[in-house]
Amino acid sequence: MKDYAYYPGCSLKGNAKHYEESILPVFKELGFALEELEDWNCCGATAYFAVDDRMAAAICGRNLALAEKEGKDILAPCAGCYLTLRKSNQYLANGSEEAQKILAVLKDVDCEYHGQVKVKHPLEVLIQDVGLKTIQAKVQNPLVGLKVACYYGCQLVRPFTEFDDPDYPVTLDQVMAAIGATPVEYSAKTKCCGGSLTGTIEEVGTQLNYVLLKEAKRKEADVIVTICPLCQFNLEIIQNKVAHKFKEKFDIPVLYFSQLMGLAFGLNKYELGFKRSIIPLSPLWEKIQRGG
Amino acid sequence: MEIQRKIKFEGELSRDFLDEIKEMSHCDEIDRCIQCGTCSSSCPMAIYMDYPPRKIIAFVKNGFREEALKSFTIWLCSSCYTCQVRCPAKIKITDVMYALKRKAIQEKVYPGQFTIPVLAREMYRMIAKNGRSSELWLILNLYLKSWNPLGLMKMAPTGISLLKTGRMSFKKEKIKNTSQLQKILKAVKEDGQ
Ligand code: SF4
Ligand code: SF4
Repeated sequence: MKDYAYYPGCSLKGNAKHYEESILPVFKELGFALEELEDWNCCGATAYFAVDDRMAAAICGRNLALAEKEGKDILAPCAGCYLTLRKSNQYLANGSEEAQKILAVLKDVDCEYHGQVKVKHPLEVLIQDVGLKTIQAKVQNPLVGLKVACYYGCQLVRPFTEFDDPDYPVTLDQVMAAIGATPVEYSAKTKCCGGSLTGTIEEVGTQLNYVLLKEAKRKEADVIVTICPLCQFNLEIIQNKVAHKFKEKFDIPVLYFSQLMGLAFGLNKYELGFKRSIIPLSPLWEKIQRGG
Repeated sequence: MEIQRKIKFEGELSRDFLDEIKEMSHCDEIDRCIQCGTCSSSCPMAIYMDYPPRKIIAFVKNGFREEALKSFTIWLCSSCYTCQVRCPAKIKITDVMYALKRKAIQEKVYPGQFTIPVLAREMYRMIAKNGRSSELWLILNLYLKSWNPLGLMKMAPTGISLLKTGRMSFKKEKIKNTSQLQKILKAVKEDGQ
């Protein structure tokens, strides 16, 4: 197995700092020495594909080439980066004339790429490389009685569907159960949060997130657990707007799975980015202390 | 009241449209659509769209160029890929939506101050310049370029929470080897022309 180069993407250096602050120590605890991919550039997100897909593949190609030079695979915690890098990887390998041209351009600037890099999401690595038993064995403080709604969103489970089901994925629920939490039956787990639509067509974005929050509340979840910076951002930020628009206050914390894992592993609670939560976490701490 | 004919005559259809979109979306299967409606019933955005995805595919297949490119649908598509993994004809519907967005941008047939193409372009520019995008600057540019100061005002409380929790900063992220990235972008661009 190759080592992983950590590809933070712009979000984990921006609004999703707490994702980085928790994923790195958790993976360290599991024996991965994650180093940041040297001089990585933005993956272009979905915006690039909407303007020019050749450009999108080319800028991702630079990242893939950098990882290949380091002899590593890529670990991308942002579902958007994960999808974009994987999609570009596939594009560059499809043998088309366009792909050949892009590879030639990359070669010209000393960024030769031979298609040797795999792109993985941390959840995928937890399931495929680490295993639930190892995770369980690391648990010091099981999160007994904590009801979690596992939200997968879209781009981690679709369109690439090898490691989990596109409609009804279960791996995040399994990981949460392994650290002692109780996953609720969250039927909205793969319903879209709207992605960047919350910024561009706000009314629609607000309604989509309202449905997700409502379902989590109905299932009496204490917290929504996410695997993607954009989902986390939307579900947390929108609660204010939802309270205005639908006259309904939720105040459900929206955390990264890695934050809860770190907590269960007994890592320093103050170094897992909990202070970055905009929703107050005190009810959650009480519940964890009481053990449900 | 002016009565307008809704149905197009054969001669008014765009004969090349299907092939153009097939090529742009790398999806050869578009004309295998059986109009089953699985995509429309799966789409979380369908209730907000002017035409559901099934109709968009029918437009593409049959050469209704303006209807497809001027639809609000293509901008509402959030790339959730639900339709794409479910389509029995294996049509890459999300990629078709992307191709239609690209085409609409190229042909400039979208509302002038519409934020989505602006966001796409701003992001594009920022990366070409710095190699990375800085969320705060992206948002500021977005609202400025789409002439939406009101939207920016509404964002203010969110911005303050983010600043307070250290999740937003004024620092501009930049890669070291910008010249390499710029060479790549330039070469790919020239290749495409
Ligand atoms: S799901 Fe596929 S075959 Fe069915 S209507 Fe949509 S595009 Fe056509
Ligand atoms: S990818 Fe777009 S068209 Fe397809 S289901 Fe999602 S939002 Fe609808």
